[in-house]
Amino acid sequence: MRRLGAGMGTPALLGLLGLLGLLVATAGCDHAASVFTGAAAPGAGEAQLGWFLIAVSCLVVLVVLVLVPIAALWRRRERTQGAPGTIIDSAVPSDAREQRWLVLWALLVPTGILTAAFVFTVVTINAAAVPPSHPSAGRATVTGHQWWWEIAYDDSSGQGFTTANEMHLPVGQPIRITLQTADVIHSFWVPQLAGKTDIIPGQDNTMWIEARQPGVFSGPCGEYCGAQHAQMRLTVVAESPDAYRAWVATQRQVGRAPGDSTLATGRQTFMTAGCASCHTIRGTEAAGTVGPDLTHFGSRRTLAATGIENTQANVMGWIVDPQGMKPGNDMPRMAVAPRALQPLAAYLETLK
Amino acid sequence: MAVTAPVTVPAAEAPIEELHRLWETPHTLYGALATVDHKKIGKRYLVTAFVFLLVGGLEAAVMRVQLAAPGMRVLGPEAYNQYFSMHGLTMIIWYASPILSGFSNYLWPLMIGARDMAYPRVNALSYWTFLLSGIFLYTSPFLGQAPNDGWFGYAPYSLQLYDPGLNMDFYALGLIFITISTTVGAINFIGTIMKMRCPGMSLNRLPLFLYGTMTASFSIVFALPALTAACVFLYFERRFGMHFYDVAHQGNPLLWQHLFWIFGHPWVYIIVLPAMGMISEIIPTFSRRPIVGYPMVALSTVATGIIGFGVWVHHMFATGIPPIAASYFSGASFLITLPSAVAVVAWIATVWTGRPVLKTPMMFALGFIVLFVVGGVSGVVTAAVPFDWQVTDTYFVVAHLHYVLVGINVFAVMAGFYYWLPKMTGRLLDERLGQANFWTMFIGMNLAFFPMHIAGLLGMPRRIYTYPAGVGLGAVNLLETIGAYIFALGVLLFVINFFWSLRAGEPAGSNPWDAGTLEWASTSPPPPFNFAVLPTVRSRNPLWEGHPGATAEGEVGPERSSVFRGPVLDRGRETLATSPLEGHTMAQQLMPEDSLWPLLLALGLTAAFYGFVFSVWWLACAGIVWVAISLGAWLWPTGDEADERPVHLPAPGVA
Repeated sequence: MRRLGAGMGTPALLGLLGLLGLLVATAGCDHAASVFTGAAAPGAGEAQLGWFLIAVSCLVVLVVLVLVPIAALWRRRERTQGAPGTIIDSAVPSDAREQRWLVLWALLVPTGILTAAFVFTVVTINAAAVPPSHPSAGRATVTGHQWWWEIAYDDSSGQGFTTANEMHLPVGQPIRITLQTADVIHSFWVPQLAGKTDIIPGQDNTMWIEARQPGVFSGPCGEYCGAQHAQMRLTVVAESPDAYRAWVATQRQVGRAPGDSTLATGRQTFMTAGCASCHTIRGTEAAGTVGPDLTHFGSRRTLAATGIENTQANVMGWIVDPQGMKPGNDMPRMAVAPRALQPLAAYLETLK
Repeated sequence: MAVTAPVTVPAAEAPIEELHRLWETPHTLYGALATVDHKKIGKRYLVTAFVFLLVGGLEAAVMRVQLAAPGMRVLGPEAYNQYFSMHGLTMIIWYASPILSGFSNYLWPLMIGARDMAYPRVNALSYWTFLLSGIFLYTSPFLGQAPNDGWFGYAPYSLQLYDPGLNMDFYALGLIFITISTTVGAINFIGTIMKMRCPGMSLNRLPLFLYGTMTASFSIVFALPALTAACVFLYFERRFGMHFYDVAHQGNPLLWQHLFWIFGHPWVYIIVLPAMGMISEIIPTFSRRPIVGYPMVALSTVATGIIGFGVWVHHMFATGIPPIAASYFSGASFLITLPSAVAVVAWIATVWTGRPVLKTPMMFALGFIVLFVVGGVSGVVTAAVPFDWQVTDTYFVVAHLHYVLVGINVFAVMAGFYYWLPKMTGRLLDERLGQANFWTMFIGMNLAFFPMHIAGLLGMPRRIYTYPAGVGLGAVNLLETIGAYIFALGVLLFVINFFWSLRAGEPAGSNPWDAGTLEWASTSPPPPFNFAVLPTVRSRNPLWEGHPGATAEGEVGPERSSVFRGPVLDRGRETLATSPLEGHTMAQQLMPEDSLWPLLLALGLTAAFYGFVFSVWWLACAGIVWVAISLGAWLWPTGDEADERPVHLPAPGVA
């Protein structure tokens, strides 16, 4: 019969400790979509709370799974033992002493830790409920579709506009966001900026974001929504208030007219090949509402909510084989003649 | 009514052949289908649930290949979604709870000194409906229409408009089907614990494993109706155009979430509390001392079950609930940590103050504590609402729930197999292979699931069939896949060890671990009647009384348990019924004979459910009528002596 220490070697525990270290190291590094980036409120508060919780967790794991076994081993060497295998009922403390001991270590100490975590939690919940003192810089309605994002910026002057899959924020000013869905439940989530708020049919959830530093952030849909839940990414660009205003001014304009005959051919293809029945390009006869608004398609960084870079080559690939790139999405394979393809993609890319 | 005390005799003088004649199920096809022996039913539960574990594991193995690298094309999106949905359903519903029911069914009567469960025919019905509901569910992949909305089945994606196939009909009906099994099983456990304990086994002498299953059984009775209602609504909405979850017609999709999680969170405790109870049996045996703080561990088990009903909204923190409600459910979710902390500290204290013997069951139990602590703290942090907004529906939660379900359920089950299989088969498993088995599973488990915490914190959502390259998720996912396959190797080692032990394992003897509880007083494997004479107990560990070094557990004075001397009860299939709190003898309880009706009733249900899923209404009606006929036949008085025999109340003082 082996004793504690012979088999329960510390390698396993050291391995676990190593994994914990890896966790802290990875979570801390400036990663593409780490929840600890905290580049905006309320995400920064969530990240702070997260750091606190991870630290406490590591401490608990360290004490319970590393220090206690080491102490037990050390104590064992000290103690003289009877024959292994005998029952040591008589050698143990009484029920009453055991229970006092349990109350201390299993109830009082954890209650202290949990109370601290709970207070921190409630403070952070309340901080996330209201934006900081600034008046809101604007409002946007984000609508989840299977499987893309529609973003409508309201404007009190009646100059709202609609775009898709990419939204912009001014640094230092809160934007209030109303969340709606066209179909099933989705969840609005940009890990570096803010935690999730679900988008539920029949219920207008609202939230706010105030970016603290400029950057381009990626947000996957946070709630399972069907076949292409995996490819429903929102790009969020946080930029200086000036750049933001310039972006808004551009977005309000109608789609740019083709500058040469090739582009005019592309535009012609768009209107006749069926694209216009699902997509809108403001200022043209294309007014479909099934798919994303393409008025300023060329200004977007990514394509079809997939996270794929928006280049002319990728756009051509998408048009001929949308089901290959994103199986199950609503866009059919378009019957565009090969020589019409390049002008069409070129036209779309000019829609800045 | 005659009041006679049963005569007590030494076990050696019991009429063994007569008992065999009374209790043994004939080794015929009829016997196999009609048996109500809790040990046979328990073994069937264990084997069937283990097969579901293997099937769910294979599904996971395929998914891990798909996720091993960015942009893999092993599974398409729809196939992947069916895989993860079936994996979740299989593991959570068709494996995790039934495997524990298997242990409970096999062990309870042995641990409480009875000859069978309270309702043996209900027990048979519970098994058959479990098996047939599993077969029903697994019809769907063969039609290419397996459930595809996750095990949580959120509306409105689950509705006809977005999911027109039979996928979610199989989901709704399959779950309704198995809730029948789970509910009647739970009622059987509750009846058993209240009435079937041997004389002297008061509630404060009950093995802790029974506290686990008892609490889980009460939770089942209160929690499952929410699931059944939710699934009935879902089926009616899908098939008959009703509007429970459809906003366009004043339904509400959040209704589904509330109903589902009112069931779903207690379910977590339903599938871990009995497992924790098993660990509370194993750790004391291998620490060579009774558990530290027995009353507090027992109470914390019950407390967990109760508080478990007040935390369901923590699955819904991101749904836009107001801060006050979020704070309340956050507080409740923090609070439920405390009873678990009591159990963990009690186990550690037991090992600390004991003389641990590191056999394989103990290794799994210690591994269980490690995984419990990691899975526990990763769960506590999600009670912090704002942090939960970040990590909910990410791989962080996937990591957490696997630490809980693999750690607290599978590791306890493995510990349980290594501990109790020798009782069931009469042969020990190989110790060296067992140690290898433990380390393979332990290392594989941590390698597979720990990196998922990191993936989640890096922003990887759950339930995605692929992820892009260049976002830093490739390395952790590859590590996870490697870990998953190491873990699978560990499961394979167990299967090898099991079959090896059946052929060549060392004979176990009745008490190979020198344990203290009653099941070890019976032979390995136990006879059909469990005990030749029914024991009377005076302590929590009757077999440790008088053991070198042990006191008589001073709580009851000089009296000793009487394990090998007691009443025989051989006038029929009889056992003793006792009082719920103190375990005073109340009656000689006549137990039912074998019967085909439980199976026939379950087959009627199966026909009805196939009728419902395929809209073959005549089949559904025929199935329901057949269920009614079976119930009638089952309950029909037989008119023989068994129905009329008076109960024999013993004289006061016998127990």
